Amino acid sequence: MDTPNAADFVPVSPIFGRFTLESLPLHEPIVVATFAVVALGGAALVGALTYYRVWGYLWKEWFTSVDHKKIGIMYMILGIIMLLRGFADAIMMRLQQAIAFNGSEGYLNAHHYDQVFTAHGVIMIFFVAMPLVTGLMNYVVPLQIGARDVSFPFLNNFSFWMTTAGAVIIMMSLFVGEFATTGWLAYPPLSGIGYSPGVGVDYYIWGLQVAGVGTTLSGINLIATIVKMRAPGMGMMKMPVFTWTSLCTNILIVASFPVLTAVLALLTLDRYVGTNFFTNDFGGNPMMYVNLIWIWGHPEVYILILPLFGVFSEVTSTFSGKRLFGYTSMVYATVVITILAYVVWLHHFFTMGSGASVNSFFGITTMVISIPTGAKIFNWLFTMYRGRIRFELPMMWTVAFMLTFVVGGMTGVLLAVPPADFVLHNSLFLVAHFHNVIIGGVLFGLFAGINYWAPKAIGFRLDPVWGKRSFWLWVVGFWVAFMPLYVLGLMGVTRRMRVFDDPSYQIWFQVAALGAFMIAGGIACMLIQFYVSFRNRHALRDGSGDPWEGRTLEWSTSSPPPDYNFAFTPVVHDNDAWSDMKARGYDRPLDGYRPIHMPSNTGTGVILSGLSIVFGAAMVWYVWWLAGLSFAGILLVAIGHTFNYKRDFHIPAKTVADTEAARTRLLMAEAR
Amino acid sequence: MLMPCSHLRPRPGALRSLVALPVLMLLGACNAVVLDPAGDVAAQQRDLVLISTGLMLLIIVPVMALTVLFAWRYRAANKAARYEPDWDHSTQLELIIWAAPLLIIICLGALTWVSTHLLDPYRPLGRVSAGQALSKQAQAQPLEVQVVALDWKWLFFYPEYGIATVNELAAPVDRPIRFRITSSSVMNSFYIPALAGQIYAMPGMETKLHAVINKPGNYVGFSANYSGAGFSGMRFRFHGLSDADFGAWVQNARTKGGALDRAAYLKLERPSENVPVQRFARVEPGLYDAALNMCVEPGKMCMHDMMQIDAKGGLGMAAVHNVRALSYDKYARRGSSGAAVLGSNAAYVGALCSPGDAKAMLALRHDRPVPLPDPGGLIGAGLPQPGRTPSIASLDAPAIL
Repeated sequence: MDTPNAADFVPVSPIFGRFTLESLPLHEPIVVATFAVVALGGAALVGALTYYRVWGYLWKEWFTSVDHKKIGIMYMILGIIMLLRGFADAIMMRLQQAIAFNGSEGYLNAHHYDQVFTAHGVIMIFFVAMPLVTGLMNYVVPLQIGARDVSFPFLNNFSFWMTTAGAVIIMMSLFVGEFATTGWLAYPPLSGIGYSPGVGVDYYIWGLQVAGVGTTLSGINLIATIVKMRAPGMGMMKMPVFTWTSLCTNILIVASFPVLTAVLALLTLDRYVGTNFFTNDFGGNPMMYVNLIWIWGHPEVYILILPLFGVFSEVTSTFSGKRLFGYTSMVYATVVITILAYVVWLHHFFTMGSGASVNSFFGITTMVISIPTGAKIFNWLFTMYRGRIRFELPMMWTVAFMLTFVVGGMTGVLLAVPPADFVLHNSLFLVAHFHNVIIGGVLFGLFAGINYWAPKAIGFRLDPVWGKRSFWLWVVGFWVAFMPLYVLGLMGVTRRMRVFDDPSYQIWFQVAALGAFMIAGGIACMLIQFYVSFRNRHALRDGSGDPWEGRTLEWSTSSPPPDYNFAFTPVVHDNDAWSDMKARGYDRPLDGYRPIHMPSNTGTGVILSGLSIVFGAAMVWYVWWLAGLSFAGILLVAIGHTFNYKRDFHIPAKTVADTEAARTRLLMAEAR
Repeated sequence: MLMPCSHLRPRPGALRSLVALPVLMLLGACNAVVLDPAGDVAAQQRDLVLISTGLMLLIIVPVMALTVLFAWRYRAANKAARYEPDWDHSTQLELIIWAAPLLIIICLGALTWVSTHLLDPYRPLGRVSAGQALSKQAQAQPLEVQVVALDWKWLFFYPEYGIATVNELAAPVDRPIRFRITSSSVMNSFYIPALAGQIYAMPGMETKLHAVINKPGNYVGFSANYSGAGFSGMRFRFHGLSDADFGAWVQNARTKGGALDRAAYLKLERPSENVPVQRFARVEPGLYDAALNMCVEPGKMCMHDMMQIDAKGGLGMAAVHNVRALSYDKYARRGSSGAAVLGSNAAYVGALCSPGDAKAMLALRHDRPVPLPDPGGLIGAGLPQPGRTPSIASLDAPAIL
């Protein structure tokens, strides 16, 4: 028997695991500089929060809150913060690819660059798009169905904090150790222990596993909420379209995230205990991983886009001042997309040598999805037809979406033709395609949604001037940044390249970089928009609760809504319930209030999330004692929480009456 | 304008050139190799890209035009436009908006079914180029090239000529090529845009690609699937040559090249980046198959043997003893032992090439009798027949091979 070379082994200390001071990336000046900036910024933030004594307020009113509205807003803040990180990665890639020509290595070495594109993908999907989408659903759905909160308020708080914990674990990899250098889906064998022995893939695994707990639980929570907590009279076919798309999205989440959890667990076993699910030797097969991860991955695409289809429906109908055209076909289209989302995954790897019949099947199922999607586009189009369209920001984003998304949809169907995919797969054409649908669909939809519901959430409209600047920079920047990538794809340029030898590509990469800087301007304008809106909040105040002539129930309550959302649970008679109520001459009840039963805040979610971060980091670094301790801690705190009987209270009728009286005064002031 | 290139090449074909004219004005001009390939397979794939795009534009263009039109026409400021706030249903319109995409998808789906089968990379070619059928003889005798993706370079075997090259590929014009493709360590994708679409190169697995080059030239090929630090430099040149030039190219390799045996392969296999062209005049027979089956290292059981044994029910507990610790493998070159922290050391399955091997395997633990299932007449034969008590002595029986 051969003895393995002892020098090959990573020394694992019983106390520190495999962490040593050399794990800190002190030799990477870019990372050190970033760390310095982040540390200074963080210290300034903590200092300011302490100086203004807001820690107690944050803890009591926000971190421990089980109010779906506050949790929704916290999700949005998380998503926007992570957008800055993910976008920094994007700019770094664009710069590297714009300069790495004619023998230049660019400014990023392979180890750093490969982490950057991996982190960009992981962060943008899991920690930007997902929190923003979940946040929007969390905020809006209970209000749209006339509920006082979600079905399981504590679970909601816990879900948010687990998502945040995943983000923290991923961010930790920037300064302690390294991130994965595998691409955002970490295909084995490259992500196996043999080829990726470092901590990068482990950060990836534990970050996603911890966040995945949050996502799955929040999916269950929202399904239960939509199915069980609708206001009286709101049958399934009277639900607002955004609620419908949220329902379908959460069904997709609940049915697909366990697959991700399982496949990552198998990869974990391969990496930690030496099983051979995805290795080359011992009967393992990496293609099994590829199949499983895309069985999650394709539904994930629809998890992201469906709620935004809902947003576009609400926005188009509201700003056209019309009922949504073809509500029923819209609902059926959503349901069909939900089902078909499960039978198309193989189109992500036509080029792995499946037979022609298998490839054709998955190609055609993919094309079939474009039929309900096309029907949706037409429905929005005919909602605008014979309307009175007010081009406020949400509507501008919607029109930009319609013009952008159809192009992304078209290239998507093109990629679904297997022989065409053979020449375009993994090329920059593909990269341009999915950014075309994710930016043009998901992000534009989120911006439409943020501008649409902001007055409801924070009580004042967002500043339209800076909003329009942001809009034009984003939309034009998107086209300038990604059309060159379509061209490069047709020139045969593949993705994830760090250096180039053909000088004719360079000009296109430079144009793309210019586009990326325009998008950076768009993001900056958006942040300025938030600031300016806050400064001018009195001028922008929405006293009516219904600034856009809204059609659904969330506009029937005040902006921002009281903790209990509705003093009386509304009764629904038609689609567009609030429109219907207004048309029938709805009178707001002014007395007869009763105490309202509410869930109590709890810090358990924060504590469990903190312990999960410790557990994840301990597993990443092989610090077994700490992993054991923190896991035991998680179990103890979770069990302990079940003995907490102080989980609800009543808002006294007097408080409700006072709150509603204040609103009455505000409404009268508005009317004058 | 930002065009880095100058020559414009409009293409023939009525529908194609009509719908793709703007695209081509932009791209045909700019070495957009995907739209202007030199191989028949890639050309058919290009046609498919253009036809599909044209079909979809039939619906995309009206939608975009209507979006702009409706957005303008029904703007709030235009009080002259009709306003019907409660109009939300029209059966005729609904029929059209579902039927129009459906019709397009039916056309595209039929096209997909047919073209996916015709252009299946596993399918031997039926023609050299449009209007030029393939002779029976040429069909039967394509140029076989065996491709191995290494870290981070490409190794090409030419079994017909007994030569091999690194990072350089050549083929005679108009002669069909049959690629057999695998990888030594991680996934890559073998792609020469001018020649044909890509196909993955995966360790322990083989994919195939049939293609033909129609114009002489010097084309670029590369890996289209990220495979680690040296990925960007994993590029090679593909030469389309006349028969005479190809003969000279082979001759050049034969006279100037060295030898490629297992030891040289294992050295070549170690990670290296931006590797210059290498040629080998003599190649150890069976080396590609050994690379495919991940048993170039001496003493390692080949995948196909392992799978055959497993298909017959496996070696049972005896197989547990047939695992040896790895002292060298490709993992080491990425700076790891390949061992999971809580698992056992990295290991491999030992080859069973002779009765002696099997005996040695069992001798590792002969203190316990090991029940052996029927291994059939496979490699690894020499194991006892069912029903007989397995003992070391019985293993001295001659192999049934």
